[in-house]
Amino acid sequence: MDWSPIILTFKLATITTIILLVLSIPMSFWLASTKSRWKPVLETLVSMPLVLPPTVIGFYLLVAFSPSYAFGSFLEKILGFRLVFSFEGIVLGSIIYSMPFMIHPIQSGIRNLPQSLSEASFVLGKSRWTTLFRVLLPNIKPSLVTGIVLAFAHTIGEFGVILMIGGNIPHETRVASIAIYDQVEALNYANANKYSLFLFVVSFLILLAVFLVNGGYLRKWK
Amino acid sequence: MEVINFSLEKKLSAPGGVMPLEVKCTLKAGELITLYGESGAGKTSILRMLAGLMKPDAGRIEVSREVWYDREKNIFFRPQDRGIGYVFQDYALFPNMTVRENLEYALVRGQNKSIVEELIEISALGDLQHRKPETLSGGQKQRVALTRALVRKPKLLLLDEPLSAIDHQMRLRLQDYILKVHEQYHLTTILVSHDVSEIFKMSDEILFIKNGKIFQRGTPLELFSKKHLRGKFQFIGEVIEISKEDVVYLISILVGNQLIKVVVDKEIAKDLRPYDKVLVASKAFNPMIQKIG
Repeated sequence: MDWSPIILTFKLATITTIILLVLSIPMSFWLASTKSRWKPVLETLVSMPLVLPPTVIGFYLLVAFSPSYAFGSFLEKILGFRLVFSFEGIVLGSIIYSMPFMIHPIQSGIRNLPQSLSEASFVLGKSRWTTLFRVLLPNIKPSLVTGIVLAFAHTIGEFGVILMIGGNIPHETRVASIAIYDQVEALNYANANKYSLFLFVVSFLILLAVFLVNGGYLRKWK
Repeated sequence: MEVINFSLEKKLSAPGGVMPLEVKCTLKAGELITLYGESGAGKTSILRMLAGLMKPDAGRIEVSREVWYDREKNIFFRPQDRGIGYVFQDYALFPNMTVRENLEYALVRGQNKSIVEELIEISALGDLQHRKPETLSGGQKQRVALTRALVRKPKLLLLDEPLSAIDHQMRLRLQDYILKVHEQYHLTTILVSHDVSEIFKMSDEILFIKNGKIFQRGTPLELFSKKHLRGKFQFIGEVIEISKEDVVYLISILVGNQLIKVVVDKEIAKDLRPYDKVLVASKAFNPMIQKIG
């Protein structure tokens, strides 16, 4: 069996999750504390991947980054960057597509902390950043774990966006979910089954870990 | 003389609609001032505006000749820059840190850590210093919160109903602790309280807040003993029980943690209900004093 789709899947999920975590922490903090009138608009945009078919996002990314159009050709000519049918492209697609799964848990974690915690930190002379990293984040560890795991697991399960923007290029964009489709089209059911079973088991274990950690079951065993 | 000078205006949203808060006042530095009044009168909002946690609509705040807020000149100091201690109603201890870490978190960068040792000593937190807040009782949490507010050596200490959720015995000890640090660190302390006996014990001055305005101000005696009884001694208590004995009434009153019984006539008894705050004074007799220890 060719393992490269599986490896590529985990590479994609890992990179996507790390970038998402870095982006989502300040963004969730802002969303949880702002009174800006743009907040509902931004929240809606972040949540769009939950309801839109992945093909819609994939389609617009494809159009936006295609070298035949202005933005795509700008990227390619000036920065030497091609986002369609490349690994970088599916990373970007995954970031957008998995964003709500990272932002929602962190945002609700921060929102559920008493407001007096941040206020106490401000009154003690601490900046917003210090407050975020030393007071807020350490107190929402379960939300962070949930966000990380869901974003990771959701990226593993991605299909439509990748197919649209990345296609099916071995070692570049052929992740496990695409490889399954590819094998079925070639009537290679045995191979399709191996990839499928692998994804099934891994996803099950990841989600089980979340429920065990957040449900406090592990603590009981200690 | 150092003073604290503020005028604050803010439209507060209250259950019955918008309540305009409008207060203007000069306080002597070094005093302990109580904000007294019904809940919803605007006491906490005043504290929050002094702390910079809430932005007034208009006004000015000047503390020891330093302007913290001036609407006209567009000056607004963030809470971080005001040098205040603030104790929240829910204590707001950081759950991820131990008692000692909570105190150390408050240190200004480069500040000598010896203040933490000193405060742990004064507040008798030595035995608790390595415990997490969730394992502490309400009174202990409050002691930590008060102590943490002192680490940065604030000029102004703001206490939002610091003792309301604490049992009587612990409350008396914490009152003593507040008074002690108030003296020792030359603080100006503003505290929100409903408890008349607490106010008598602690305050130099009371601001009686009603519907967003300063309704009355004065010393506890001026405010709570309207008739100015010329008593030899007097104290404040709470009516526990009223019982009829033949032609007179017997009132049980809790003063501090002592229950006393006072005989009154019908005229006075008919105005009294359990939980009423009363002033007990003796006019005709000299109190007897006996050494007990």
